Amino acid sequence: MADETTQGTATAASAAPEQAAPHAPATESRPPRTGDRPRGGGREGGRKYFRRKKVCKFCVEKIDTVNYKDVRLLAQFVAESGKIVPRRLTGVCTPHQRRLSTAIKQARNIALLPFAGRA
Amino acid sequence: MQRTYEVMFIVRPDMPEEEIEKLISTLESQVSSSGGTLKNVERMGKRRLAYVVRRFYEGLYILLTVEGGGEQIRELERRLRVTEPVIKFISVRVDLEQKRHAKVKALRDAKRKPAPQPAAESGTEPAPATA
Repeated sequence: MADETTQGTATAASAAPEQAAPHAPATESRPPRTGDRPRGGGREGGRKYFRRKKVCKFCVEKIDTVNYKDVRLLAQFVAESGKIVPRRLTGVCTPHQRRLSTAIKQARNIALLPFAGRA
Repeated sequence: MQRTYEVMFIVRPDMPEEEIEKLISTLESQVSSSGGTLKNVERMGKRRLAYVVRRFYEGLYILLTVEGGGEQIRELERRLRVTEPVIKFISVRVDLEQKRHAKVKALRDAKRKPAPQPAAESGTEPAPATA
């Protein structure tokens, strides 16, 4: 949606034909921006274009073991309500997300992290 | 038989220090008498709990690293369950994870070792150019 608005401000001339034929292929001026190409499946979870490539924090910093004891690291992936943030928002890769998830659950059991915060 | 476990438990905050030492030594003797070894004791101090546990808001965290089999851990857990000052405990098996971590680390170090030598040689060359 935001892509369409930015496209609208940039190319006002093509706004009318765009509205007429929203599914028109590459004849319209829709230059593929970097990182905004639609991916079939992938990570966006229902959205056609996603914002930017998110990298897995663990892969980048080469943190291999996720311990249930370091609350500060785990708390970055936990929402205000205490819920575990999904992978598509944090950009964590699957094996690390699984380990992170078990670590968070262990930390919850030993009262280092809450089960449910506010809501 | 030699598995490594981490047992973390929370003791109520109004416990005197000697009682905690007594508790730890009791657990240690129980573990070693049944064939395990207590490798490390870490007192993590008083922390605020994330939720109310048995009407306590704070607790003293203690971490034990135990080497032994499942039987020792089961006995240890049973003892922690009946001990009155202990309000929560968790035991986690860590030897597999440590083994995997060591393997990955060794792989990464082996990959990195041949790399710095050509990098150092090429690193010295542009240095006088930039200086």
